[in-house]
Amino acid sequence: MGNQLVMYEEELQQINGICDGLHRDSNAKAVLVIDKNGQAIASAGEVDQLDVTSLSSLTAGNVAATGGIASLLKEKEFAGQFHEGEKTHVHISLVAQRVILLVLFDERSSLGLVRLRVRKAANELAAVLDALIKKMEAGSQPSVFAEITDADIDNLFND
Amino acid sequence: MSFINYSSREINCKIVYYGPGLCGKTTNLQYIYNKTNPEAKGKMISLATETERTLFFDFLPLSLGEIRGFRTRFHLYTVPGQVFYDASRKLILKGVDGVCFVGDSQVERMEANIESLDNLRTNLQEQGYDLDKLPYVVQYNKRDLPNAAPLSELEELLNPTKVQAFEAVAPKGVGVFDTLKAVAKLVLTELKKGG
Ligand SMILES: Nc1nc2c(ncn2[C@@H]2O[C@H](COP(=O)(O)OP(=O)(O)O)[C@@H](O)[C@H]2O)c(=O)[nH]1
Ligand SMILES: [Mg+2]
Repeated sequence: MGNQLVMYEEELQQINGICDGLHRDSNAKAVLVIDKNGQAIASAGEVDQLDVTSLSSLTAGNVAATGGIASLLKEKEFAGQFHEGEKTHVHISLVAQRVILLVLFDERSSLGLVRLRVRKAANELAAVLDALIKKMEAGSQPSVFAEITDADIDNLFND
Repeated sequence: MSFINYSSREINCKIVYYGPGLCGKTTNLQYIYNKTNPEAKGKMISLATETERTLFFDFLPLSLGEIRGFRTRFHLYTVPGQVFYDASRKLILKGVDGVCFVGDSQVERMEANIESLDNLRTNLQEQGYDLDKLPYVVQYNKRDLPNAAPLSELEELLNPTKVQAFEAVAPKGVGVFDTLKAVAKLVLTELKKGG
């Protein structure tokens, strides 16, 4: 299964840094980085009251559906999505075909500012993902699975 | 597509419950949700129509414990069963690590079962997966109904490759966790092979 995403301490710190920067520079309420398949990777801002797991899965479903619509319309991809709420607005974009950047903001910010800052953050994020994928492909890092035995897996299911 | 996070020490995997409409996929997830400790689960999300038919997917995040200091987290998804939701089903299969095919044991549903199984194989192929190489189990649900077909017939029609199969009565929980554990175990074993 060569199709997995692996996250290491070093890259996660970089991604967290990008999240923090975007949160600050765009005056956002919260920023999430989500794997295209719906797993949360990193976040910044007011996330304590958020159900990050649910939000991640639904956002990924939304992006997948929107991508599906784009291909039906023979569009390559829609650049981003914006949902306007009464208090909270949502900006969603896909980065490097791999991860999703979700920004929640309110009247302290604006769509224009968010768009501008997202563009910069997306470029930075794409560079980190590139490096991460090279690292994964090089296989230079020891895998947790090298240590896990069949007995470990069996034990997980004995109750 | 599994997601292994060395920083938070988590292994995340995606399992999809597939099968014809009304075979009991959502019921499987509901039972798992109801019987799991609050610490081990997140919220169950159902994107359903007003009549509770699955519209896009059900989603249940579940923690199955630790292996060597890594928390194992499984994201369970169901697909909408009706034929016309095919585009949605394809999306949900993206990044799948393991599949459970839920068959409806009722004789009247045999054609729908076969059609859904063919559809699973085709949709996986479109994404570059081969059902025979994926972690994959079968569940025969609704064993409690009087019109349930004999097991041998289900095996012949719905499990030609003879993968692990489980008899189930999902609302009562019969076979539900056995099925989940079997596919989860296959997923981890596959990851171990690949890693
Ligand atoms: N008798 C019986 N009914 C079941 C069983 N599993 C599911 N059902 C019922 O079948 C209907 C459809 O189930 P649902 O989980 O929504 O099917 P889905 O379309 O595959 O998600 C519901 O009314 C369930 O209560 C079973 O094992 N036995
Ligand atoms: Mg359903």
